[in-house]
Amino acid sequence: MATTNQTIINALFDDDDVLLSSVKQVREKGLEIQEVYTPFPVHGLDKAMGLKETRIAIAAFLYGALGLTTAISMTYGMMIVDWPMNIGGKPSFSWGENMPAFVPIMFELTVFFAAHLMVWTFFFRNKIYPGAKAQNPDPRTTDDKFLMEVIAGGDHSDEEILALLKDSGAIEVSVNTAEHA
Amino acid sequence: MHYEAPIRKPLIEGDKSYHDITVDVVRPVESSAPKSWWLVFSLALLAFLWGVGCILYTIGVGIGTWGLNKTVGWAWDITNFVWWVGIGHAGTLISAVLLLFRQKWRMSINRSAEAMTIFSVIQAALFPGIHMGRIWLAYFVFPIPNQFGSLWVNFNSPLLWDVFAISTYFSVSVVFWYVGLIPDFAMIRDRAVKPVQKHIYKILSFGWGGKAKHWQRFEEVSLVLAGLATPLVLSVHTIVSMDFATSVIPGWHTTIFPPYFVAGAIFSGFAMVQTLLIIVRKMFKMEEYITIQHIEMMNIIIMLTGSIVGIAYITELFIAWYSGVEYEQYAFLNRATGPYWWAYWSMMTCNVFSPQFMWFKKLRTSLMFTFFISIIVNIGMWFERFVIIVTSLHRDYLPSSWSMFSPTFVDIGIFIGTIGFFFVLFLLYARTFPVIAQAELKTILKSSGDNYKKLQEKQEHGDH
Repeated sequence: MATTNQTIINALFDDDDVLLSSVKQVREKGLEIQEVYTPFPVHGLDKAMGLKETRIAIAAFLYGALGLTTAISMTYGMMIVDWPMNIGGKPSFSWGENMPAFVPIMFELTVFFAAHLMVWTFFFRNKIYPGAKAQNPDPRTTDDKFLMEVIAGGDHSDEEILALLKDSGAIEVSVNTAEHA
Repeated sequence: MHYEAPIRKPLIEGDKSYHDITVDVVRPVESSAPKSWWLVFSLALLAFLWGVGCILYTIGVGIGTWGLNKTVGWAWDITNFVWWVGIGHAGTLISAVLLLFRQKWRMSINRSAEAMTIFSVIQAALFPGIHMGRIWLAYFVFPIPNQFGSLWVNFNSPLLWDVFAISTYFSVSVVFWYVGLIPDFAMIRDRAVKPVQKHIYKILSFGWGGKAKHWQRFEEVSLVLAGLATPLVLSVHTIVSMDFATSVIPGWHTTIFPPYFVAGAIFSGFAMVQTLLIIVRKMFKMEEYITIQHIEMMNIIIMLTGSIVGIAYITELFIAWYSGVEYEQYAFLNRATGPYWWAYWSMMTCNVFSPQFMWFKKLRTSLMFTFFISIIVNIGMWFERFVIIVTSLHRDYLPSSWSMFSPTFVDIGIFIGTIGFFFVLFLLYARTFPVIAQAELKTILKSSGDNYKKLQEKQEHGDH
């Protein structure tokens, strides 16, 4: 997101469907939406705002592959190379012959790596961590209100945008000139 | 876009708005505890402290304080371990499998069910720990080279698979649960007035603000975690069953064990969810969210999995006879008619017979009856593990080694202690955490709230 002294116009909604149609109207006018804060995931909002699809599932797949590789190298290194054990007359000749006994470990580590590293990525990308400052400017947006931040400018005057937002169903509108990150 | 077939009954009752959900979910956190909470909590705490005493005594003196003998080297400890792990399974089933199937009724129960999972896996993990005898050497189970040279753990051993399965299951469940909790903690944070409370929930909520991109990632993460947790939960009890199935003890050495254990785990887990939720909905007045319909759905699952367990018992008997292996045949004959016949028939009555009452709608929608059956099922599932473990061991290959097992006060004390610990954790959770996944629940209000459903019906009739 751009960091300037942009003027931001805030519009507060009390219904997810109204918010969704308003987002569409604002985008049709060619205005840019900086952010939308909602108390719960509003389905279709990411598409309406034109957000790209998240790639976190791809990351999870790669993490899982890393976990599987770790399990394979660990069992190979420990049981075949470093300290082959002869258990019940069934010695560890090769990793391939022993593999069926390692399937549970391979599975568990795949899941372990995929789940934990994905969630860390989720925290990291969202910049959320224990004790972080609340990201929502208005505390009501975790209860039942929906906040849209529109970047003012372009061919539209602030008044025009305010009127558009009000007409599309916003219950509160305000102009915010404070510096935004 | 919020359409739902009129035949589906509302999942949220009492004409709720988004704000009402917030207020109802946060109420137990913001108000002081009801008397019933203090009563149950004190009892649980006492049981827990008694258990702590027995555990310390065991660690100090050794596992000779238990009723184990040379023949029965595993008894209550492993019974309790399997019982607790099994109970945990329902939480993941509700939060992960029902998410993949897009079952909306999971939403008002998944948080508590998942909490139950975590707390019961904690109880389960205690038992192998103290059964080691020298708990300070517990790190030997991890693949780290020890100080005596590079002797590694044995990856061929089901007991080691168990270490990996339980630790993965526990840690992934915690993470899955916590990711879902973050937006709800943020809601409590934004409402909190007292500075200390606000600060605590600020830390817990990780600064969550509900940005559109973050919700998009949140949903993807939930979906992928559910996809990972589903095979994970099945693997956990499969591996627990392999602790037995890969050995050569008659009565244990069977390939039916993995599916049979998983079905039993879900069965006992749902029974425990019923026990807990019937208490929670009453104590914290959540009847409009955890409706009779939720209870009924879970009873149907109990009936189904109970019947699967019943078929597994009968299959086991048949295969023992059909195999022609005398040891196997004797093991099962001994279970049903030997000195532990009472345990076997308690198991049969509680697990196979009692869930069949749920065929009657009147019974499965009755709270009192559900509560009663949920306790019966939990007792039955404890006996199942006791029967599998002790009756297979107590008749050794040499009749001169035959023996019986009787628990000492320490065995009993530790078991009671874990029940106490479980309830202590659950009751503390119920007072400080949002017991209903309110952010998720708000997404279905317009399709499954009774006020919206009525509105929808009116509009439909207007069209004709």
